[in-house]
Amino acid sequence: MSAVAVRPSTRRRWTLPRVGAELGMLAVAAIFLFPFYVFLTVALKTPAELARSPLALPSNPALANFTEAWQRGDLGTAMVNSVVVTSLSVVLLVTCGSLAAYVLARRATRLSYGTYLLFLLGLMIPLQLGMVPLYQLMRDLNLLQTYTSLIIFEIGHQLPLAVFLYAGFLRALPRDYEEAARVDGAGSLAVFRRIVFPLLRPVTGTVVILSAINIWNDFLTPLLYVGGSPQQTLPVAIFAFRGEFASQWQVIFAGMGIAIVPILVIYFLLQKYIIKGFASGIKG
Amino acid sequence: MTLTASPPSVDGGQQVGRRRSRRASVPYLLLVPALLFYAFVVLWPTLQGAGYAFTDWAGRREAPGFVGLDNFTELFSAPAARSALRNTVVIAVSTTIVQTLVGLALALALHSALASRNLLRTMFFAPALLPPVIIGFLWQYILTPAGPLNDALGAVGLGGLTQNWLGDPSVALASVIAVIIWQNAGLTMVIYLAGLEGVPPELHEAATMDGAGRWQRLRHVTLPLLVPATTIALSLTLIGSLKLFDQVYVMTGGGPGYATETLSVVMYKEAFVSGRYGYSTAIALVLTMIVFAFALLQLRALRRFEVQR
Repeated sequence: MSAVAVRPSTRRRWTLPRVGAELGMLAVAAIFLFPFYVFLTVALKTPAELARSPLALPSNPALANFTEAWQRGDLGTAMVNSVVVTSLSVVLLVTCGSLAAYVLARRATRLSYGTYLLFLLGLMIPLQLGMVPLYQLMRDLNLLQTYTSLIIFEIGHQLPLAVFLYAGFLRALPRDYEEAARVDGAGSLAVFRRIVFPLLRPVTGTVVILSAINIWNDFLTPLLYVGGSPQQTLPVAIFAFRGEFASQWQVIFAGMGIAIVPILVIYFLLQKYIIKGFASGIKG
Repeated sequence: MTLTASPPSVDGGQQVGRRRSRRASVPYLLLVPALLFYAFVVLWPTLQGAGYAFTDWAGRREAPGFVGLDNFTELFSAPAARSALRNTVVIAVSTTIVQTLVGLALALALHSALASRNLLRTMFFAPALLPPVIIGFLWQYILTPAGPLNDALGAVGLGGLTQNWLGDPSVALASVIAVIIWQNAGLTMVIYLAGLEGVPPELHEAATMDGAGRWQRLRHVTLPLLVPATTIALSLTLIGSLKLFDQVYVMTGGGPGYATETLSVVMYKEAFVSGRYGYSTAIALVLTMIVFAFALLQLRALRRFEVQR
């Protein structure tokens, strides 16, 4: 709490109501952040300390839980799986989504608008309705327990959002450059690759951020497709981990801590873009 | 999100584009890769699922038999599904209302000149980025009877409030709802903060000169300008909470009894534990109808609100 007074004051002076507002907000924040305090302290405790008090600080913070979680949970493999699935899905999603939106934004026909609406429908349809048929389809194609099944699913599942964002951006983008390039005789694909796609950079950033987080955190479908296999992604591995370690909460928390480090690091490095992406992206 | 979808633009370039459309049109071929993925993952399985909802399909090789509305009659009489139906609506309505209010309050507080505002924005938004599975397990531990929450309540002299948060059927659903709101309030906050940035300060200055107090400015200047942000926040929360699965499945699995069962969780269990594919897709179809019904309802309500202004 004393940190308030140390902070360099902005132009405004520290009046009494202002100090009150600052302190009040910090109190709200303290309550809000209580789960993170539990997260961190439990992961650093010995089983005996945890049994004595779930709240007290660890007397001798030890990383033993982390090494145990890392070794016994095979979290390294799961992390590699998550990286592979997320990055390949996002690259293909950006390619397919931007190309499709290019057509939908530039063609002013009824067919084009209908197709656009068809994509938007995907933002609402619960995946549960197609879940069993798609599972069977993947099984019949021998794709279960492979990266391929998950990557195909994630692309299809995230396409509505990508098409929505790209199409919105493209409609507001002037066509002068592309038309000039066409006059010079460039084909559609060349125009897209050399002229249009570079101009899409801001919205590509939004699509990458939103879909990467959705895919990285996805649980239900990965559980079905790759659960129990060496291809399982982090959320699925953590789910299995929880079952395996039952009531050893200190190890479970250490494992969960390892699993969220990549997200937190990226968040703190890119928070401006991430927050903007969520705020502006959803607005379209 | 479809609420903000705009029809095809008829901007200035359109006329020119049409005139030279033969030369300048973008080939439909570029749509094909996306359509293939989308059709394979969403369109085709969804249509199939809608059909299977009227069968007794159990996933074996023999052809599923048509059973008419039997699955739906069962759904509205079986205790698990009925409880799930009720809980899904309760979760969606309460989460949407409370999360929007909490998110709005946080945004208004952090849109001010607080010294800690940037740090606090970062903190409040963080849970929304983390995997729901991990949030679920974190809270599962916090809410255990001898866990940190009850301990903390005892420590500050509120020992009378301690509960078996996830084990008592009468409080379990409220606990789950609170966790969802805790995780996603930051997202609503971020949407409102973006909306607040679009409120011109001159309007506030003008209102102040006209003698408007702080509350009046909020009521008559800020809030009306936040209607678009509200539309986004509401539809996002509503659709997301109707489909809720991860947190419930890992925290309670639908229990105790059927106290926290949701349509997504029952559907999953009927399909992949009991192998009743036909019945499970019927549950999914009802969920789909509810999502569309709520979306329409919300669209109409917000339209009316926007007209009234």
